[in-house]
Amino acid sequence: MIRVELPAHLRTLARVQDEIEVDVPGPVTLRSVLDAVEARYPTLCGTIRDQVTRERRPFVRFFACEEDLSHLSVDAPLPDLVATGVEPLSIVGALAGG
Amino acid sequence: MSGVRVLVGTRKGAFILSADGTRQRWDVSGPHFGGWEVYHLKGSPVDPNRLYASQGSSWFGQLMQRSNDGGKTWEAVGNKFVYDGVPGTHQWYDGTPHPWEFKRVWHVEPSLTDPDTVWAGVEDAALFRTADGGATWHELPGLRGHGSGSHWAPGAGGLCLHTILIDPTNAARMYIAISAAGAFRTDDGGASWNAINRGLRSQHIPNPEAEVGHCVHRIAMHPSRPHVLFMQKHWDVMRSDDAGESWHEVSGNLPTDFGFPIDVHAHEPETIYVVPIKSDSEHYPPDGKLRVYRSRTGGNDWEALTNGLPQHDCYVNVLRDAMAVDSLDSCGVYVGTTGGQVYASADAGNTWAPIVRDLPPVLCVEVQTLAAA
Repeated sequence: MIRVELPAHLRTLARVQDEIEVDVPGPVTLRSVLDAVEARYPTLCGTIRDQVTRERRPFVRFFACEEDLSHLSVDAPLPDLVATGVEPLSIVGALAGG
Repeated sequence: MSGVRVLVGTRKGAFILSADGTRQRWDVSGPHFGGWEVYHLKGSPVDPNRLYASQGSSWFGQLMQRSNDGGKTWEAVGNKFVYDGVPGTHQWYDGTPHPWEFKRVWHVEPSLTDPDTVWAGVEDAALFRTADGGATWHELPGLRGHGSGSHWAPGAGGLCLHTILIDPTNAARMYIAISAAGAFRTDDGGASWNAINRGLRSQHIPNPEAEVGHCVHRIAMHPSRPHVLFMQKHWDVMRSDDAGESWHEVSGNLPTDFGFPIDVHAHEPETIYVVPIKSDSEHYPPDGKLRVYRSRTGGNDWEALTNGLPQHDCYVNVLRDAMAVDSLDSCGVYVGTTGGQVYASADAGNTWAPIVRDLPPVLCVEVQTLAAA
């Protein structure tokens, strides 16, 4: 079970209160985790990744285990602590003023 | 007793303002989608409880929302807008070709006959349609495929399709407007389109009378005369009496003919409203006075409507989709400002009062006239 922390706006959209958990068959990567998140919460499609290019939206970041994984290859393995459910993958909206 | 429901989209959510037919006391609900930009929301003419909203943010992109109960509850529907075929390019600000990229939905226009059918005007400019209540959206590629498409260039606000007018007497005819390409009309249900910009004159483009390239801000029509169109252009208020085949200027005695919205009285097809703005670089009313101008002659002769509107130190703007009219016996007129006020007039503009004063900047105002319960 993979733990995923969503930013507040996406929790509202997904109608969840806290972090979510998703099953990921096979290798645990950004792609497989996001595929699982979108499959379970279809309203999140297009909010984290572009609908067409599947690229990370520019103001969305991925953090885990005190590392910024935003520029990690989407097919690279995520840290073991994420893959084993010890630590969550945090999906974060970039800070902005105003 | 009949009533009205005013749908307000802002930079930080949507609000629904409701009143009975006297339009004196208002209930305010919201924010819906708090923290998100709501570029537009509008109700179905055939099912007033069916509403559609365009919700978006720079962080999380475009979402579409639908309500089946007049805005009490909402559900996210399809938000996948994919251009038909190979998107191609339009002109970028520097004149170079730039790939068409979907950014947001500027305007939703529900069908006059089917609550599940809605058109959406998007940036980069294209027209999409759903026939399943918003679950799926498909482009009508004939518009972007107009021969001029590769020459369209964005205005400062982006290459946006912001106006959709459906001819109530001819299901195959529709008008749209794009900043900064101009106005277009289809007579075959959206399969093919013609530019309808003859008579427009725009000093900010190399050929002021070019077929396309005009920064049309808004078009309005009265449903009883769908061949008569009124336009607020970047500069100039224009009129067409032949379904857009030709336009002539009706700015007349306006203090400035720059502005964004334009609308038509619900019962008087020759009575129109605009909100003059000082200039294209000073987006606020002249002299610090918010004045709606009304012409009862279809243009040229204009009167300032000021009673109840701020007449000093007012430097707000009224955006293109932020004026609307209701169709009660005494026509109501509504304007929303970038200062967060929504002003209402229950007497066709003679007197005004704020419904709310402190919303986030208002992006759009639509009104539903509700039958007696």
